[in-house]
Amino acid sequence: MAEATSGPSIGIDGVSVSFPLYHGNARSLKKMMFAAASGRLGQDRKQRVVVEALRNISFSLRGGDRLGLIGSNGAGKTTLLRTLAGIYEPVTGHVRVAGSINALLDPGLGMNVDLTGRENIMLRGLYNGMPREAIARLEDDVISFAGLNDFIDLPVRIYSSGMVVRLGFALATAIRPQILLMDEWILAGDAAFLDRARHRLEEMVRGADILVLSTHDQSIVRTWCSRVLWLDQGRIRADGPPDEVLEQYLGHPLEPLPAAAERVAV
Amino acid sequence: MDGLSARQMTASAIPAESATLLDLHADMSLSARQGLALADVALGSRLWRLAWTLGWLDIKLRYRGSLLGPFWLTMSTGVMVGALGLLYAGLFHTNLHDYLPYLSLSLVLWAFLGAVVSESCATFTEAEAIIRSVRMPFFLFSLRIVIRNVLVLAHNILVIIVVFALLSTWPGWHMVLALPGILLWLLDALALSLLLGSFCARFRDIQPIVNSVMQIAFFMTPVIWKPEQAGGHFVLLQPNPFFDLLQVVRAPLLGQSPGTVTWLAAALYSVGLCAIAWLFFARARGRVAFWL
Repeated sequence: MAEATSGPSIGIDGVSVSFPLYHGNARSLKKMMFAAASGRLGQDRKQRVVVEALRNISFSLRGGDRLGLIGSNGAGKTTLLRTLAGIYEPVTGHVRVAGSINALLDPGLGMNVDLTGRENIMLRGLYNGMPREAIARLEDDVISFAGLNDFIDLPVRIYSSGMVVRLGFALATAIRPQILLMDEWILAGDAAFLDRARHRLEEMVRGADILVLSTHDQSIVRTWCSRVLWLDQGRIRADGPPDEVLEQYLGHPLEPLPAAAERVAV
Repeated sequence: MDGLSARQMTASAIPAESATLLDLHADMSLSARQGLALADVALGSRLWRLAWTLGWLDIKLRYRGSLLGPFWLTMSTGVMVGALGLLYAGLFHTNLHDYLPYLSLSLVLWAFLGAVVSESCATFTEAEAIIRSVRMPFFLFSLRIVIRNVLVLAHNILVIIVVFALLSTWPGWHMVLALPGILLWLLDALALSLLLGSFCARFRDIQPIVNSVMQIAFFMTPVIWKPEQAGGHFVLLQPNPFFDLLQVVRAPLLGQSPGTVTWLAAALYSVGLCAIAWLFFARARGRVAFWL
C-alpha cells in the first residue's frame, strides 16, 4: 500500500468476471428450496449457467497512459470498464486502482427525469462527495454549457431530447478525475452541439492522468490512445500500439489519418 | 469557441472526489469481507447529506404538484385514525377517550414499521441505475430508506399531537423513555434494509412473501386491539418480535413502562437481527451489483 501516494495507477491481475444467469424462475427462492429438499442443490449449482464476461485479464497502466478498448459487441469492453470502476468485483484475480475515478458508462447516470435540471445537478455533485461551494460552481458550469436557461427549474421529463443530451453531457464532463473511464456513448452527440462538446471532452481527456476508452471508432482510437487492447469473448486478443492492433483487428492496413484530426494525447 | 473557453477554464477547476484506492481481491477471507462491509458503512455514513437529499426528494416526488404536498400523508392518516377509532371503539365497547390516543399512536408507529420492512426489499433494486453506473457504498441506500420513512413518520406525528391535544392526554415524563426504543428502531431499520435489500435483490419472490407476513403481523400484533382484550389467548400469540419492539416505543408515549422483560426481548431480537444482517451483507455486498 506504500506506493498508493505515487500518482494514479491501475493494476489488473488475472481478473475474471462472470455473470450467473438466473433465467426464467431459477432466481426464485421456491426453486432453490425444492432443489435443497430433494438434495439437488449441489447439482443445480454446477448446472447454473454463467456468462464469462472477462477471462483472465491482466494489464497495468500508469499516469499518462491512454488505453483504447476495441472488440465486437459483447466482447467485454463495458464489463471491463465497470470492473475498473469497482462496480463489479472480480470473481478471480485482483483489481487495484489508485486515484480519483470518473466513469462515464451510462448517459443517464443517476439522472432522474422527474426532478428538475437543477436538482439533478445537485444530486450529481453530492454523488461525487462535493462540498456545497463546489456544487454551486458545478451548477453554474453545467447550466451555462448546456444552455438550458429557464428550463433548468423544470422537470427533465419535459425537455427535448437534445436538451437531455446536453444536460447529460455537461454533467458528465464537468467533473475532472485523475482516471477517466469512458464508454462510447459520450462520443455520439447531436450535430450542432458536437463542436463545442468535442472541445470540452478533449479538455477533460487531456486533463486526466489515465484514460480508458471503449469505442468502435477507429479514428478516435488512433488520435486519442497510446495503447489498444483488443478484447474478444472476454479475453485479450491483442495488446499494443494503436495502429498495430487496429490492423490486426480490421485485417487490413490502415489508411493515413485525415489531416484535420490532431493528436489529443500528450 | 464563442467565449466558452473562459467557462471551460472554471469547469476544469472542479476536481473529482479526493484520491481513492480500490483494492479488490477475489476469494476474500471472512475478515477481509467484513473489513470491506465496515468500510461500506463508514463511507455511506459520510454521505449522509446525499442520503438525506435522496430520501427527501423521494417524498417530494411522490407529492409533487399536489396542493398539500407531503401533508397528504398527515391528512390520510388523520382520516384513518378517526374512522377506525369510531368503528373499533364501538366494536370493542371501549371508551373513545381511552382508545383514540392508543389507536392513533399504534397506527402511526405501525405504519413506520410496516413501510420500513416492505420498502427494505427494494433498497438496492430501486437504486439499480446508480449501482450499475458508479461505485457507491450500499449503506447509502439503507440510510435513504430509513431517512425517507422517518420523514413520513414526522408528518404523521402531527396526527398524534392533535389527538392528544384534543383529548388533553399528556403522557408525562415517561415519554423520554421512548428515546432508547426509537434508537433501537433506527438501528433495526438500517440492519433490515441491508439484509432484505440484498436478499430480495437475489431472490425476487421475497417481496410478496414479506408483504403478506406484514399483513398477518398487523392483525396478530396488538395494534388496533389491546393485549388485555384478547384475554388468555394473547399468551398463545407470543413470542411476537413486533409486539416487543412496538411496546418499547409505544408504552412510554402512553405514559406506561414497557417492563424489563419486553425491553430484554426487544434488545435480544435486535441483536439477532443485526448479527444476521451483518453476516449476510458482508457476504453479499460484492455480489449485489451482479444480481441487479
